[in-house]
Amino acid sequence: MALVMKKYTMPEQDPAIRAHNFEEVALGYDEETAIAEASRCLNCQKPRCVQGCPVQIDIPGFIAKMKTGDFSDAIEVIKGSNSLPAVCGRVCPQENQCEKYCVMGIKGEPVGIGRLERFAADYDLNEQQKGAPVQCASDAKKVAIVGSGPAGLSAAGELAKKGYKVTIFEALHKAGGVLSYGIPEFRLPKEKIVQVEIDDLKKLGVEIRLNTVIGKLYTVDELMQEEDFGAVFVATGAGLPSFMHIPGENLNGVYSANEFLTRCNLMKAYKFPQYHTPLKVGGTVAVIGGGNVAMDAARTSLRLGADHVYIVYRRSEKELPARLEEVHHAKDEGIDFRLLNNPVEIIGSDDGNVKSLHCIKMELGEPDSSGRRRPVPVAGSEFDLPVETVIVAIGQGPNPLVQSTTPDMLTNKRGNIIADEETGATTKEGVFAGGDIVTGAATVILAMGAGKKAAQAIDKYLKDKG
Amino acid sequence: MYKILKKELLSPNVWLYDIEAPRIAKKTQPGQFLIIRTDEEGERIPLTIADFDRDKGYISIVFQEVGAGTQVLGQLNEGDSILDVVAPLGKKTHIEKDMGTVVCIGGGIGVAPVYPIARGMHQAGNKVISIMGAKNKDILILEKEMRAVSDEVMVTTDDGSYGIKGFVTNALQQIIDRGEKIDEVIAIGPVVMMRSVVEATRPYKIKTVVSLNPIMVDGTGMCGGCRVQIGEEIKFACVDGPEFDGHMVDFKGLMSRQRMYKDKEKTESDHVCNLTKVKEAL
Repeated sequence: MALVMKKYTMPEQDPAIRAHNFEEVALGYDEETAIAEASRCLNCQKPRCVQGCPVQIDIPGFIAKMKTGDFSDAIEVIKGSNSLPAVCGRVCPQENQCEKYCVMGIKGEPVGIGRLERFAADYDLNEQQKGAPVQCASDAKKVAIVGSGPAGLSAAGELAKKGYKVTIFEALHKAGGVLSYGIPEFRLPKEKIVQVEIDDLKKLGVEIRLNTVIGKLYTVDELMQEEDFGAVFVATGAGLPSFMHIPGENLNGVYSANEFLTRCNLMKAYKFPQYHTPLKVGGTVAVIGGGNVAMDAARTSLRLGADHVYIVYRRSEKELPARLEEVHHAKDEGIDFRLLNNPVEIIGSDDGNVKSLHCIKMELGEPDSSGRRRPVPVAGSEFDLPVETVIVAIGQGPNPLVQSTTPDMLTNKRGNIIADEETGATTKEGVFAGGDIVTGAATVILAMGAGKKAAQAIDKYLKDKG
Repeated sequence: MYKILKKELLSPNVWLYDIEAPRIAKKTQPGQFLIIRTDEEGERIPLTIADFDRDKGYISIVFQEVGAGTQVLGQLNEGDSILDVVAPLGKKTHIEKDMGTVVCIGGGIGVAPVYPIARGMHQAGNKVISIMGAKNKDILILEKEMRAVSDEVMVTTDDGSYGIKGFVTNALQQIIDRGEKIDEVIAIGPVVMMRSVVEATRPYKIKTVVSLNPIMVDGTGMCGGCRVQIGEEIKFACVDGPEFDGHMVDFKGLMSRQRMYKDKEKTESDHVCNLTKVKEAL
């Protein structure tokens, strides 16, 4: 049988239509196409794809099941390693992970591993296999998890399967972290996907306590001493927005991407006034930055009715940190990329609203410490971009709430928690950390990988302690 | 879910709720705030914690029905529950022994958040002079409570219907003029009032603390919606405040940002208003 060199196409909503709704853009394979795509897998003796997956899913194993249409078996294989497959199949940058190593990718396109994972997970969710909630032993040891984002959820799943009584403490009124407040509905449906996968975890006996800010309502020490938790896993993410520190940043119409996306995704401002949280988007919007968060904010602006949306990024297209697929989606929807441009000031009108973004053109110089060519301003190239809304998406730092109330858990100079790469152990006994709070802003699946490793280390720590 | 144990009308449109929340009551310190969301479609509303009883396990809020969010909140009754309460948030008021004479100023419903601060200052052995300002006598709140925790209370009303005629700054000036040594002023109320107090103390270099009330979403430092200019720096009121050195605050910027959603608030308020009518019709 001749090899199929290209991935089977996954249907998508028409760009002209989807740019005005919040429905999911990528529609997923049907059964027939999923089986056909799975059949492209060569079932390598030494599968390289697995080493590219941060949680080491048995990829050839689950794909083999899919080839014969045994989707329920396929998802069981995936769930052995990954508690949020419907999420990961959608948001992982597979081109830099599993699919990067696929042998098929050498001469053609790699197997669509992410799409297949997504198909199997969705199939499973639709089957509604409602198992009875697991009751853990009454003398089970208690583990506290701070933060219900990908790292926390992944650690919770692993620990619950090992028989621990797991409690997740979440500051917001909804679990999921960036899956709930950050990644938009059109990439990751909230009720249909995120909430269902989180409810699956609850069936494993995991308790989620919402509206609970650790560092305020409880300190880590109080959790261990007063509430009897044998170990704590800190997974509070990178939620502190960075601003540019240029003049005009406090004008009305300037948002951090975190605020903009939280209002839209978590508070459902796109359904205003049925939902009461407002969100203002002017006619022309500039989003500063080139990562996934910037793409999400730009595409969200468009759906909220902006006339024109710019991405303003100081490097060139090659350096855009966003997922390739998302950059394509953004372009198809009509986002206007202004590359090699750097904002120097936000100009306001007399009434305190944004009027324009003052930028300077950049050119690429010598590579910097990150290996990327450093953008250098072009003298005399300043210009005004008239806009009414500015969304700052230049990165996030660690929120200091937990660290500042846990003095014996040390942080580095950027404020990230210092933790062992393999175990997540911090400098404080019994306290582990993982995900963006340790590494700085990264990906969902890397956070999940860190959560999984920490869970294994916590299991060992508690067993050794007896 | 957080149960409303008591609902009391303090003045027209101004409610006091005692809310069952033992853990929050145990941890709350004067100066801190909470965020509530009444129901699934509601927004997150920041309110200062007006009181807390650690033994009985409740916290109190005082709010005025001004927009859609507070209108929905005001429709709840004793025994009803609030969906989400997040607290305690923000930094606590700096209170210690031997601070000397502290003037606690509350304007309008700002008296409510000033109350636990005045009590804390008084319990720590400081001399507390409280100034309570209101438009008129009928809308003055918590006078008895404030008297119980103050060495001296001055009341001002805009129309002169009770106490000193004029603004809280008139009373403050009287204290300064009589030669009283003031070690610190704490002012909470409408932004224009706090700004006036700051301008009144600036020539005398009296330390003046204000509690800012910018628009907030999460209240935990993750969005920066509540950012304010303090001197040369941008601060997030929810985690760095809400209390700041009044002489450093950019009040003009704060007031401008507070107006950001004025038109949207109207739409929202009309929407809630219509919903209420539908409910009543049913």
